[in-house]
Amino acid sequence: MSGMVRDGLFRDGDPPALLGSRCGACGSVHFPRADACTYCAADDPAPIDLSPSGTLWAWTAVTAPPPGYKGEVPFGIGVVELPEGVRVITRVTESDPASLREGQAMELRVVPLHPNDDGTDVVTYAFAPTASS
Amino acid sequence: MTGVVITGVGMHPFGRFEGVSTTDMGVAAVRAALREAGIGKDGFQAAFCGTAYGGVATGHKVLSRLGMTGMPILDVEAGCASGGAALMLAAAAIRAGQYDTALVFGTEKMPKGIIRSSFFEPWQEEAGLAATPAFFGLRAQRLCLTSGVTKDHLARVVVKNRRHGVANPDAMYQKETTVEEVLGSRVVCEPLHLFMLCSPNEGAAALVLRRADLPAPSTATASALSTPVTLAAAVLRSHIPGPVLSESTPLAGLASDAVPAPSTLASTAAYEEAGLGPADLDVVECQDTDAARELLSCEELGLCEPGGSAALLDSGATALGGRLPVNPSGGLLSKGEPLGASALGQVVELVRQLRSECGPRQVEGARTALSHTVGRGANAGVVILTR
Repeated sequence: MSGMVRDGLFRDGDPPALLGSRCGACGSVHFPRADACTYCAADDPAPIDLSPSGTLWAWTAVTAPPPGYKGEVPFGIGVVELPEGVRVITRVTESDPASLREGQAMELRVVPLHPNDDGTDVVTYAFAPTASS
Repeated sequence: MTGVVITGVGMHPFGRFEGVSTTDMGVAAVRAALREAGIGKDGFQAAFCGTAYGGVATGHKVLSRLGMTGMPILDVEAGCASGGAALMLAAAAIRAGQYDTALVFGTEKMPKGIIRSSFFEPWQEEAGLAATPAFFGLRAQRLCLTSGVTKDHLARVVVKNRRHGVANPDAMYQKETTVEEVLGSRVVCEPLHLFMLCSPNEGAAALVLRRADLPAPSTATASALSTPVTLAAAVLRSHIPGPVLSESTPLAGLASDAVPAPSTLASTAAYEEAGLGPADLDVVECQDTDAARELLSCEELGLCEPGGSAALLDSGATALGGRLPVNPSGGLLSKGEPLGASALGQVVELVRQLRSECGPRQVEGARTALSHTVGRGANAGVVILTR
């Protein structure tokens, strides 16, 4: 059994999904899921699953462990643009920036972050280059 | 509505000072500013203190050391723009007729290493999504993709600012560097190398503001009396939601680049308040947390067209001796960044520039100056000074 780094952010399945919401008033899409629209403050945005596929918009790698981080370095981090018209900050499974390019196809994964005290993995969401790209 | 003038400035140098407290540094800066303004305890009716890491009642602790209490003392936190926010509040209160004279200061002792911000939730730190330099790196990469900025440009921003900083006794680094040395320093987050990032550090800065229609006290220093400096605008703005790489550091944003940045909102309002535009500026101190941030700041402040920051740097305009020197103090890349003090440190530099007191780093004939800070929140502060 693995633990999520935080409940309510994503669903581990086939395929996995980021859990977002869409505002009924202004149509804006949120991630993480919001209680009130983060653009227009309207109540009760509708829960939606965000598309597990998108394109790479920006990327880099973190080479030294930042405060509070328990995983391995270097690790990739980037921005993936999804068809819903949102850009999501995400870990990227590729930690060599030179191997990635703008606009390439990316897909959502659930990946191990670091082992817990009981030996199980803490998992998080990340985007990986789509295999066929 | 009455105008506001800056009648005294003071600094505690920016750097690392073992055994010197946040309070000690604040006291040094405040005493220097009050001495220039020629006033003491009864000379000001309110005090505003910018600090992000100082803790409870930072401003009170500084003024208690001088017996200067009884008046309202407010601590103001707005991330990198904390000092700008304190200045805006003080200026507004004077303009409204609430006070004749106000003291504004900022003091800070930053933790060493990557800034750990209470802004983020623990899970974001655990997941590696609170790595501040990564956001700088992502923003720098987008600038490279959209504005023709190269790593060579980024290195040359550092070389320029470090060259300026050589002549600034208040800077942490007073030594030149080279493009080769910058690009030879380790990669922190592509495309940013270590030397392209400013160091969080320690320091303090202070200003005295006064109603422009009151006479200066005869006890003010000759330097302060010689060249009256007018606070033409002091504006603070926060972000509009949408930009994913905004200093508001959301986890997601809109797939659109049309939403204006807080620095653009603040500078647009400041130009309007001052009744002038970017073409009227003689000298600028802007946020250069990293080398790409200076270039982006130039674009967001309207110093060049969107996408034109690489060409602006290439033209030599932003170096000392150029058309519009940017960061003649050496910028945060030379001075380091004590959050609560950094904005006011810029204003102190610009007051000294307008008074022609800056020696080898003097911008000749400077009459109109702009200070810009932007950071976590997001908050953006823009201050315009004239003489």
